Amino acid sequence: MTTTRDDDALALESITKRFGAVVALNDVSLHVRRGTVHALLGENGAGKTTLMRIAFGLIAPDSGRALVPGRTHAIRSAADAIESGLGMVHQHFTNVPAMTVAENVALGGHGSFHANAARALVARIGAQTGLVLDPDARAGDLPVGAQQRLEIVKALAREARLLILDEPTAVLAPAEAKELLRWLSDFASRGNSVVLITHKLREALSVADDVTILRRGERVLSASASTLDESSVADALLGEAMERGETSAHHRHAPRGDACVVAAEEIELRDDRDIVTIRGASFEIESGEILGIAAVEGAGQHELLRALAGRLAPSTGRLRIPNRIGFIPEDRHRDALVLEFELTDNVALNGAGQRSGVMNWGSISERTDVMIREFDVRGGTHRSRASELSGGNQQKLVLARELDGSPPLVVAENPTRGLDIRATDAVHGRLRAASVSGAAVVVYSSDLDEVLSLATRVLVVHAGVVRECPLDREVVGRAMLGVA
Amino acid sequence: MPAVSELRMGRLLAPTLIAALVVATGVLLAIGGYDVGRAAEALVNGSVGSWYAIGSATLVRATPLILTGLAVALAFRAGVFNIGAEGQFLVGAAAAAAIALTLPKTPSLILILLALVVGAIAGAVWAWIAAVLRSRFHVLEVISTIMLNFVAAFLVSYLVRGPLQEPTHVYPQTESIVAAAQLPRFGPTTRLHLGFVLALLACAVAWWAVRYTAAGFRLRVVGANPSAARSAGKIDVDRVTTRVFLLSGALSGLAGAIEVCGVTYALYENISPGYGYTAIAVALLARLDPAAVIATGILFGALEAGAGAMQRDANVPSVVVSVIEAGIILALVAADRARAMRTRSAVA
Repeated sequence: MTTTRDDDALALESITKRFGAVVALNDVSLHVRRGTVHALLGENGAGKTTLMRIAFGLIAPDSGRALVPGRTHAIRSAADAIESGLGMVHQHFTNVPAMTVAENVALGGHGSFHANAARALVARIGAQTGLVLDPDARAGDLPVGAQQRLEIVKALAREARLLILDEPTAVLAPAEAKELLRWLSDFASRGNSVVLITHKLREALSVADDVTILRRGERVLSASASTLDESSVADALLGEAMERGETSAHHRHAPRGDACVVAAEEIELRDDRDIVTIRGASFEIESGEILGIAAVEGAGQHELLRALAGRLAPSTGRLRIPNRIGFIPEDRHRDALVLEFELTDNVALNGAGQRSGVMNWGSISERTDVMIREFDVRGGTHRSRASELSGGNQQKLVLARELDGSPPLVVAENPTRGLDIRATDAVHGRLRAASVSGAAVVVYSSDLDEVLSLATRVLVVHAGVVRECPLDREVVGRAMLGVA
Repeated sequence: MPAVSELRMGRLLAPTLIAALVVATGVLLAIGGYDVGRAAEALVNGSVGSWYAIGSATLVRATPLILTGLAVALAFRAGVFNIGAEGQFLVGAAAAAAIALTLPKTPSLILILLALVVGAIAGAVWAWIAAVLRSRFHVLEVISTIMLNFVAAFLVSYLVRGPLQEPTHVYPQTESIVAAAQLPRFGPTTRLHLGFVLALLACAVAWWAVRYTAAGFRLRVVGANPSAARSAGKIDVDRVTTRVFLLSGALSGLAGAIEVCGVTYALYENISPGYGYTAIAVALLARLDPAAVIATGILFGALEAGAGAMQRDANVPSVVVSVIEAGIILALVAADRARAMRTRSAVA
């Protein structure tokens, strides 16, 4: 029995998916009509990407199924999905940089490779759809916009009639983004369909026919875009302001007027690709406060935090930061720890760039023992390798190291990512304690509620612009989305 | 718990592998119709059968292997894949020969020191080319150093047929260096020279430095996780890798200089029977531990010394030993990969 409606291009029925104890999706249904653009909106971690990965057969749901009209069985693999006319453009491109455009397009096809046929295919798709690419250019040499076009052309070469795009405009310049959106609605108007995963309300409402909003794994709204405005969508995205109880910070007094620890004057920051991600930001951070940073993914907060932590110099403007800074990076396995090294080595990592002469391993391992005791790091001694500890205990060790010697500034980026409740509480407690003892603490979390539960003051980053917001979930949430 | 058993496995792995490879080689030789007993006897006699074999064959051959092995071990430890020990060895040898030939009147101690230091500098310069290509232009050092090996080999060819050729211009080699430039030997009946002690000393210092100094710690961190080195340690990763690259080149260059001043007393083509390549096996088998390089260097020195005897006395081609060496590298790399994949899946 199928329940696809006549004009459905894709039907997701009662999808439920758990990752461990976390319910990523709870009984979510979604119908994408033929000839329409369907926007899928939600905060960080709402389940958008998971839902679309299920639709594309990349992960299996615990219950529910993804159906395409004309096929009786559910989509079970990516090959299934491609055969059913689905195409996916991932947030991180899947091109082979060393191969030409034509070779990338031919990749994943069947039979033998004919260079001329592949070139002709690229040319034909270009002529038909306006997505023109040089078939002989190396994919790695293409600018980002063209690389994305290549992703779409690859899907079209597999005869995709429904495109799923995950945050496609995040990497594009505004003009390119506009062009892409125009192309998508044109593509849909020719009887195809598009699912657009996005954070950006304005973009969604400008191009979409239908809108579905997820919040914490639940579908909270599914409606025609014409019945919605930015404000109502923002409300649905963030949830009723009252639903989460009174807005957090009423009892916390920010100890303002203390010593200024950080002063930023009109700073501009650039990312690894030299693209400006923060512009003209001015603010101060004082000792004893916990400054929360709220932003949707890719708004420029990553560079802002690295600059505050002294790991990225502003391209223009003046940034005054203290010498000693505790930095808790987002990816502790990559940026904070050497997993195959002993805990003592990992503690010694702090300041390793400045040290000279002979290492005093005796005193470092004694200090490690003290940290293990004081921060309740379980599961090992100073001789254990960092990889032997659980994620929560690894993070406690990172905190112990970075808070050692009471640095005047502590910068934490998603400090509780992947941790259970108990470890999360421990991390929060440590950050609060650091601020009470006089440190300026900066915290970013992709979970807005975590930011609000910790912060005494909030800066919102939206599209590279930094501004202060009152501690109010609704106001902050709207500012993150760029809705006044 | 798993870490301990892995460590044990790591310890047992090397001897087990070598034993298995030796047995497999014996079986292959038997199938090929060779007299395995005589071959084995020659191998043992030629390498460890007498004091003369140990000192004058095994340890003399082990000296360049230990130094280049140490060079490779330190580089790999820092994540610098210097495959160029061979080329750095050759330019070191050429530079030492050039110094010894152009300044024959210099007092012995100064001349020897000068030859060794200039040889080391030449090796460092050769490595510096690849280091700059890596840090400035992101050229993979695996490729650049291999290419530079060929350049160095042709450079030596040119030198021994051109500017450094012996006066009669008949043989493609230099004339012998003066006695004052020759490294002292441990007695009139042995070929073992002071270079062996220098190699041991270099390993001991490197072992201590890697373990106990801040610079050594940076080297290890950069090799194990450059991202954390940069972010958590505020280490200038490029500077560390460039320095290690230079050090690695200097050690290989020193090995070349010692070979000229201690063994060959002249420069010629094929002065290295591939020491710089065997060095990779020496370093890997030592698990990149500078102290263990001494043991694996002597082991490979013994294998090479025994190979010659085997060819002479049992008529077994000496390339068999190269097969064993290559087998050790392959098996080690495969075992490491398998282990890495197991630990990764255990973490995930």
